[in-house]
Amino acid sequence: MVRARVALVTVVAVALVACSNAATNEHRDIGRDATPSELAAARAVISPSGEGLPAGRGSVREGQELYETRCANCHDVPAFPKLWGGVGSLERVPQKSVTSYWPYATTLYDYIARAMPPRAPGSLHPSDVYALTAYILAQDGIVAADETLDAKTLPRVQMPNRRGFFTSDGKPDT
Amino acid sequence: MPNAAPEAVYQTGRGGAAPGFSRACSLRAPNCHPTFGYSTAETSMDRPTTMTKRAAFLGVAASFIASSTLGGAAVGEQPEIVFSPLDRQRTIVTSAADFFVRNHAGVPNVDRAQHRLLIDGLVTRPMTFSLDDLKRFPAVTRTHFIECAGNGALEWQTATAPSVNRSHGLASCARFTGVALRDILDEVGLASDAAWMLAEGADAVAYDRSLPIAKLLDDALVVYAQNDAPLRPEHGFPMRLLLPGYEGSTNVKWLRRLHAGREPWYTREETAQYAELLRDGRSRAFAFVLDAKSVITYPAAGAVLDRHGTYEIRGFAWSGRGKIAKVEISLDGGASWLQAPLHDPVLSRCFTRFTYSFAWQGRAMTLRSRATDETGYVQPTHERLVAARGYFSEYHNNAIAPWQISADGHVSDSRG
Repeated sequence: MVRARVALVTVVAVALVACSNAATNEHRDIGRDATPSELAAARAVISPSGEGLPAGRGSVREGQELYETRCANCHDVPAFPKLWGGVGSLERVPQKSVTSYWPYATTLYDYIARAMPPRAPGSLHPSDVYALTAYILAQDGIVAADETLDAKTLPRVQMPNRRGFFTSDGKPDT
Repeated sequence: MPNAAPEAVYQTGRGGAAPGFSRACSLRAPNCHPTFGYSTAETSMDRPTTMTKRAAFLGVAASFIASSTLGGAAVGEQPEIVFSPLDRQRTIVTSAADFFVRNHAGVPNVDRAQHRLLIDGLVTRPMTFSLDDLKRFPAVTRTHFIECAGNGALEWQTATAPSVNRSHGLASCARFTGVALRDILDEVGLASDAAWMLAEGADAVAYDRSLPIAKLLDDALVVYAQNDAPLRPEHGFPMRLLLPGYEGSTNVKWLRRLHAGREPWYTREETAQYAELLRDGRSRAFAFVLDAKSVITYPAAGAVLDRHGTYEIRGFAWSGRGKIAKVEISLDGGASWLQAPLHDPVLSRCFTRFTYSFAWQGRAMTLRSRATDETGYVQPTHERLVAARGYFSEYHNNAIAPWQISADGHVSDSRG
């Protein structure tokens, strides 16, 4: 009995020492594991390879209808950033637009999905976002007029300025 | 020419949960021309007189949409760009009220009790942290500048700003308190092949940027206090990133997520914006570090010298690569340079104050300041910057500002 009690005390003491070591050397035990619902609520992170793109599909034609009813009254304002046009202009007098400048079509999907429309960002169905992406890209012939985009086809779209971006070497250039 | 208040542009805003708009920038307001990209010369730069007639700078889609087509009630009305009144700043620390503001989708109303920082992706253990959790880590306090990558963007082609606040006022400096991000990442455990993290804010568009993990492990902080007070909503309450020396837009406000991965994500804000379009049509991306820069804040554009005699030049210098080593002044159009005294403290990646006394006898002259940092890098002239990057680069304008005093005492940019 006495021996058992000594053993128990020893075990507890060892455990305490182990815990305090963990707290000071490796983990501070601050924060908690993300719950499945927190992870599910976080938006999909979309990469140029297509990772994170959701199911759904949308055509240029569907995109045109959506654009005209949901987007045009803002995006057709002349002073607004251009969604298309200016392809090939970057070395002369550059006209930056989605089609002339952005290197990856996945970026367009991602931005529409989380930022548009401004009154209700994140509210569009993935198929609507694919359709709008297809419609915008079709304006400069980057996808064909009868194209339908989805998680498989979107990352394969070759943007005109795909090779125009390079990563800085981190050193000053002046 | 001291200002009564920071100069606000793009009076607009959207609450995160319940987006709404102000209508400050109306299509019908003649001085309100949002510009996009590099058509900078077209921008009206006259000093606004009311909050509803503001000249605009660097496009913000949300404000334009809101004001031009939707109108409606203002919810969470906040400016998208507020220039800092550098002309009246006398110490290296900018007050929170004067600290510049640049938002991309309004200021969200974040509930401190509900807000969590989620860290996921290529990590051993996806975790969340509350503000109270962050405060249990060892607290770190550092004084650093933050400068918008677009500070001086309108000056690339011609110098049009009516004041030093407009040409240089998207830079400020503060004492930030928070947690070394490295300490937080120790809890989570990064996978060995994780090289980048996507930082995401809780604003209406979930503003996000790809950031190299090497920097995040080096000296990045997650801060919750600025000048010993909780962050203000417009500065990122309850928590924001602070990446010392990196362009302002990487210091993601209302930070709610860090997602680890192998490659950058090429988000909208690192392709459509914050990439530098060079002379040959290529774009330099992820050039985060702000090179050494200085500016004379008095006498500077917008000031008037009303009598002859001695004046004290005041200014600030800063570098994203370390400490300022020296600041030189030229009073003769750049022909000769004289070293200006630096005032303590001289800290890494922090505003450094310099002064220099000179006499003005009613003749036209041009004042310049030129910073050198501890790496030996010397602040370039505008000509040199254009030679390296062309006219459409827009971001990271650290050119020497040539302030011309006319015979009648008015100060303006000599390139204007």
